Amino acid sequence: MIRNFFYHDSMLLKIIRQVIFYSLLYFLWLFLFNLKLWPSYLFPSPAQVGETFISIYKDKTLFSAIFVTMKRLLLGYGISVVIGVAIGLVIGKIRVLDETLGGFFVGIQTLPSICWLPLAILWFGLSEAAIIFVVIMGSLLSVTIATDSGVKNIQPMYLRAGRNMGARGIDMFLYVIFPAALPSIVGGLKQGWSFAWRALMGAEIVFATLGLGHLLNVGRELNDMSQVMAVMIVIIVIGIVMDMLVFGSLERKFRKLWGLEKS
Amino acid sequence: MRVTLKRVHKSFQQKGQRVQALRDINFSIEEGEFICVIGPSGCGKSSLISLIAGLEFPDSGEVYVDSKIVDGPSKDRLVVFQEAALFPWLTVQENVEFGLKLQKVSLAERNQRAFEALKMVHLTRFLNAYPHELSGGMRQRAAIARALVMDPKILLMDEPFAALDAQTRQLLQEELQTIWQKTKKTIFFVTHNVREATFLSDRVFEISARPGTIKKEYPVRIPRPRVEQDPQLLMLQTKIMGSLKDEIDKVAKEQLDLDYGLDKNIDQVPAERNLGSNI
Ligand SMILES: Nc1ncnc2c1ncn2[C@@H]1O[C@H](COP(=O)(O)OP(=O)(O)OP(=O)(O)O)[C@@H](O)[C@H]1O
Ligand SMILES: [Mg+2]
Repeated sequence: MIRNFFYHDSMLLKIIRQVIFYSLLYFLWLFLFNLKLWPSYLFPSPAQVGETFISIYKDKTLFSAIFVTMKRLLLGYGISVVIGVAIGLVIGKIRVLDETLGGFFVGIQTLPSICWLPLAILWFGLSEAAIIFVVIMGSLLSVTIATDSGVKNIQPMYLRAGRNMGARGIDMFLYVIFPAALPSIVGGLKQGWSFAWRALMGAEIVFATLGLGHLLNVGRELNDMSQVMAVMIVIIVIGIVMDMLVFGSLERKFRKLWGLEKS
Repeated sequence: MRVTLKRVHKSFQQKGQRVQALRDINFSIEEGEFICVIGPSGCGKSSLISLIAGLEFPDSGEVYVDSKIVDGPSKDRLVVFQEAALFPWLTVQENVEFGLKLQKVSLAERNQRAFEALKMVHLTRFLNAYPHELSGGMRQRAAIARALVMDPKILLMDEPFAALDAQTRQLLQEELQTIWQKTKKTIFFVTHNVREATFLSDRVFEISARPGTIKKEYPVRIPRPRVEQDPQLLMLQTKIMGSLKDEIDKVAKEQLDLDYGLDKNIDQVPAERNLGSNI
């Protein structure tokens, strides 16, 4: 019975285990707070954080911060996906470009994306454009590299089958190469998303107005630890939702379709 | 439509070395013929298919269709690949319609032609299934439908039934024969299987080990419908197998360890009898 609880694999048990884990975490937090090791303005109680959460929710600052952040993210990320996939498809197919540009991109990708911020500020000033540039650079290379490697790893038989049935040029890219590389592209989209998300938070904390990163920074300036924590939790939740629900389910769908996973 | 190969040579670059796959291939296939090609693994059977399909080109020599030199793929010469090669991101119906869509055939006509092609291979119940949901046999059926739907003059089949179990294989052989009789297409069929080759074809080409050349050609003058146990068929099979065995041994010697032949001899002497015999 007890063994079953720890080892058995059912959806319900999995959820129950997780609920218990997070309740324990909550009580640990409460317990530490009640020990009064640190002053409450540095280590607020769960209830204080909850109150702050409700107040920033009610006066709409939370909502507008999320809105601004998501707008930047979707815009920057969207641009990087379109450009990244296009560049990746091309360098995946053209040997010379792959040996030169491909290697160059892999090199640049080691640069943490927030390092693009000083350059962006000099080019674009303290503007939306600078932030969006940083977001684009955050995910562009991941998407490009994943697309490139997806194209290179396409099984030759798909290309031969496509050519055999009369696909050439742009048709070949649209109807054979792109879909055949999709599982790898989705991996790149996921990685690109998480890099874009990190880049954006970094940039917003450093200089942006509005946005979640800014809200986080305001919390620090006001010495309002419960706001800092409330916003951090929001940032985590958004990250989890996107990672697991959106990209996780996309990946599962492709794995299944490509016959890599039993349904 | 008549296919002619004249003095065709084909080699590939492999790890910096040139590997000659086919040497001096000459033959001609008449319209409506069923040709089977048989030979040891790696002798260039798939390469032969690619050459006729226009997916590869000879180093020297020419591949003609009627009197025209093959200069690329054409919807008149379609390949059913060794591994089905259905696109996993498309349903069965979308796979079958793929070539038609590229030709900008209207949706209604596409649907209708796909349905007819799938009917020929008895797969209409799986229109909306994805390839990973099909069994191996059903995948090959879909692959055949994908070629048939384009109404090619020549069907190039590369060991299409090799990965199937014996029963499914026989069923599909019989169905392929029916399709061939109904549609009068020229079929160029590569196989490892001597029984399959003699059962299906008008002529069997035997290809020798690398570099592949046409070693022999066997006419199969047995009226259809054929039965598996036809004594004439069995006799022919024995003849071909004898000749093929030499080639297969040649390949094995070349590809496996050098002591391959020796090992076999040692195995014939049981270990316990060998004890002390050399003292
Ligand atoms: N695209 C290629 N690049 C390099 N070498 C190739 C290529 N295609 C075929 N070869 C080589 O040419 C030779 C003949 O290959 P081919 O695939 O035509 O043989 P096959 O008779 O179809 O073999 P199997 O029965 O195993 O399918 C082999 O040695 C193979 O390694
Ligand atoms: Mg082959």
